[in-house]
Amino acid sequence: MTEATTKNPPPPPPPSKSVNRLGLDKKCYVGAPSTMCNGCGHDAITNAVIAAAYELGLDQRKVAKLSGIGCSSKTPAYFMPRAHGFNTVHGRMPSVATGAFLANRTLQVIGMSGDGDTASIGLGQFCHLVRRNVPMVYIIENNGVYGLTKGQFSATADVGSVQKGGALNEFMPIDCCAVALELGCGFVARSFSGDQKQLKPLLKAAFAHRGMALLDVISPCVTFNNHAGSTKSYDAVKQTDAPIHEIGFVPFFEDIAVDYPAGGVQEVKLPDGSTITLKKLGLDYDPTNRAAAQRLLADTRNDGKLLTGLLYIDPEKPPFDAVERMAERPLAGLDLAALRPPKSALDEILEELT
Amino acid sequence: MKPAIVNDFSIQVATVNGSGSQSANLILMRSLFNMGIPVSGKNLFPSNIQGLPTWFTIRCSKDGYIARKKELDILVVMNPETATRDVAEMRPGTVVVLNEDIPVGPIPENLIVYKVPFGKIVAACCPDTRLRKLVTNVIYVGVLAHLLGIDMKAAEHALSKQFKGKAKAISLNLGAMKAGFDYAVENLPKRDPYRVESMGETKGKIIIEGNAAGALGAMFAGCTVVAWYPITPSSSLCEAAIDYFERYRKDAGGRRTYAIVQMEDELASLGVVLGAGWAGARAMTSTSGPGISLMSEFAGLGYFAEIPGVVWDIQRVGPSTGLPTRTAQGDVLKTYMLSHGDTRHIVLLPASVEECFEFGMTSFDLAERFQTPVFVLSDLDIGMNYWMADPLPYPSKPLDRGKVFSKDDLEKLKAVGSKFERYRDVDGDGIPYRTLPGTEHDMAGYFTRGSGHTEAAGYTERPEDYKNLMDRLARKHETARKHVPAPEVDFREKAKSAAVGIVAYGSTHHAMRECRDQLSAELGLNTDYLRIRALPLTPSVREFVAARERVYVIEQNRDGQMFDLLRLELGEDAKKLRSVRHYTGLPIDARFITDAIAEMERSRAPRKSEKEPQKVTAR
Repeated sequence: MTEATTKNPPPPPPPSKSVNRLGLDKKCYVGAPSTMCNGCGHDAITNAVIAAAYELGLDQRKVAKLSGIGCSSKTPAYFMPRAHGFNTVHGRMPSVATGAFLANRTLQVIGMSGDGDTASIGLGQFCHLVRRNVPMVYIIENNGVYGLTKGQFSATADVGSVQKGGALNEFMPIDCCAVALELGCGFVARSFSGDQKQLKPLLKAAFAHRGMALLDVISPCVTFNNHAGSTKSYDAVKQTDAPIHEIGFVPFFEDIAVDYPAGGVQEVKLPDGSTITLKKLGLDYDPTNRAAAQRLLADTRNDGKLLTGLLYIDPEKPPFDAVERMAERPLAGLDLAALRPPKSALDEILEELT
Repeated sequence: MKPAIVNDFSIQVATVNGSGSQSANLILMRSLFNMGIPVSGKNLFPSNIQGLPTWFTIRCSKDGYIARKKELDILVVMNPETATRDVAEMRPGTVVVLNEDIPVGPIPENLIVYKVPFGKIVAACCPDTRLRKLVTNVIYVGVLAHLLGIDMKAAEHALSKQFKGKAKAISLNLGAMKAGFDYAVENLPKRDPYRVESMGETKGKIIIEGNAAGALGAMFAGCTVVAWYPITPSSSLCEAAIDYFERYRKDAGGRRTYAIVQMEDELASLGVVLGAGWAGARAMTSTSGPGISLMSEFAGLGYFAEIPGVVWDIQRVGPSTGLPTRTAQGDVLKTYMLSHGDTRHIVLLPASVEECFEFGMTSFDLAERFQTPVFVLSDLDIGMNYWMADPLPYPSKPLDRGKVFSKDDLEKLKAVGSKFERYRDVDGDGIPYRTLPGTEHDMAGYFTRGSGHTEAAGYTERPEDYKNLMDRLARKHETARKHVPAPEVDFREKAKSAAVGIVAYGSTHHAMRECRDQLSAELGLNTDYLRIRALPLTPSVREFVAARERVYVIEQNRDGQMFDLLRLELGEDAKKLRSVRHYTGLPIDARFITDAIAEMERSRAPRKSEKEPQKVTAR
């Protein structure tokens, strides 16, 4: 830095509604134009990610966006253009994300996946990602069909759901939230791409969670799964969507400004100082109770309701890097002195081998 | 009795796996090592935990030949199940130390048999009946010590090392070993020619398996992420890494400067390696043939999206499950071209434990320099057997982290109005520059994908973009020819080239010095030798073949995979090549190669056509 600039530092960005805490406007979080079909639920999710990241003031340079293969997996190109992105192979994004996190535990990792990518070809890697509790936001853009290959059922299609060409699905769907709960995921949420009011705070909470955060977002496919007889069409989801609470999120850098009526709102504190607020909607539900969450999913499986909201949260579940007792400094940034043991170490080893 | 045969024989011990025989065998081997005699130890074991036959072969050689020896000289029979067959297969004159308690069929009179009542001896020296099974084996070490003249001090030293720190085990086993020795002194008059004498050939040397050496190489290369899935014969590489890293790779606060993760399968293992390599860590995995097959898709992503990573393949016998506990060199072509589409990888071919250590480091430098997965093709023979080796040298070179733009580099680019384009060949060597996720600069971010991409990392399906990319990747591969480890060449006579050349690689190397000595002594055929150490082939391979009339390519697979690759690349000179292939699952031996070459040399008499290359294969 030159003397001149030291004496005259650039003025801080004026406090304005049009920039976030990093002084960036929302446009900075918008990526390449989407190539999804007009009206695709995925675009709504992209918009929610952009809004949440902007409002939270995420530093894109510390973000790694990963995906598998499929329509959903194209979407990382559409948000946070200054972040590193990685469109990997079908169903294997979890392992690549795990590797990226191990290399640099300070990265904010976002994984974009679909129902085929997660529940069909990628079910194994998804399960093991959950088991390891790799800190990342994992979003399933769930439409129940394969879009890129033109409309085949995926493993999340409901029994009785009808394909555009008339074929009937007779196999049990895989409920990724139920799977994640079973495997001990510390943040399990379900939402609907058409409900920005719910999706945005859920995304913010997911970004603040230290551990794997799963968001299973029903995202209708306008081209292949938006007809009568589909259980994941806009019409069907609008009719069955049943939010279990009204969710709010207060980041660590803001004060809780609203006074809630006593008893009606549950607050969940996250380790980074943020707060999730949950206003009950009829149902008396506590998302910190894992057994209750599993029961809820099981009970409502066949009643035709799509329960959305934060199903379960355990902010204290030890993340992968803690379990692995990893050094604080990112492994990718270690220098030779830290990477190569001294000659005395080799001498000691060789002595044992003589 | 025949004249004494000193320090030049092999011992095979036939036991049951899970019976504690491994300790006894290692003590026997190390006893010879402690006497300064060159020695090697090979485990022939079943894919089983307990109760199936296992054989351990120890070869001592005053000439330093440490490959497998085809002929056995001494057999120790401890396994009732295989005893009859073990004995029946012996050549006349073979020494047999026979456990008297084992029923065995008719014993040919031309064998030299020493019967030993193991049951009686162990009952006398080990009162605890439960422990007898575990110390029975060490009795044959004592018996052999007397018969062969092994220095008991050297044996005791070896035994203490084997049971390091376990006082009770040391005293119990020491007692059993001495009991065997005493029994032999009193009851077994010497009737065979084999004996040992102290030499000075092992001073300063170590004994290590290739897998442990590879793990050490990785540790000293600054590997930080290891992802693996258990598979024989590769597991011991990552397990050695777990032990060594835990001891030597902690930060000041006692936290790990690495992560070693056992994954759910081999696909996920390579996924982690690519994710970590992408984000700037030195990452590796280790597997064997079946795992390599599963990694195929990710290998293509690593090649196409240009991500560093190291993959060890400890080759075993295929195809399919094959013989999981036997050795082969059958993954050469598969690995070189692993994945769909036009894919070529850098492949390193270590021949020794020293090279496992060296290539354990080189592989990371090459992977990061060339931004691509690098495969290290070891095999079961190198990886899981015990090899005498020179002390592993402490690395003197700094790490080559390759072409990475830092925040400061990007700032400089920005200052001169330049852009960062991830896949642009700035230097003309086919290798672009990359940035790492987390780099705090607005120009750092780019999009990595396995689909078509432009120089600026944008999505493309344009024909010229795709061709441009593929041509650059080919250019990068050509650059690699000049940077991978060059072949090792040994001329018989320094002044001139021999007419006949031999090409080998990997573990086949250990039989070559012995084989070439045999060819010189028995056929008067002097040969020059080239050992390939990496793919892509370096220009010196072509020069070696060009300068010779005939070149024998020796390898351990059915189809002559390296032979085929050489034929593919050598053009006109390909007709000079002859193929010798050994594929029984057992490590190749010098006698096999010598006989194969001798046969082809004899039948070399004018042939009608040189078009069809000759080949000789193991029966």
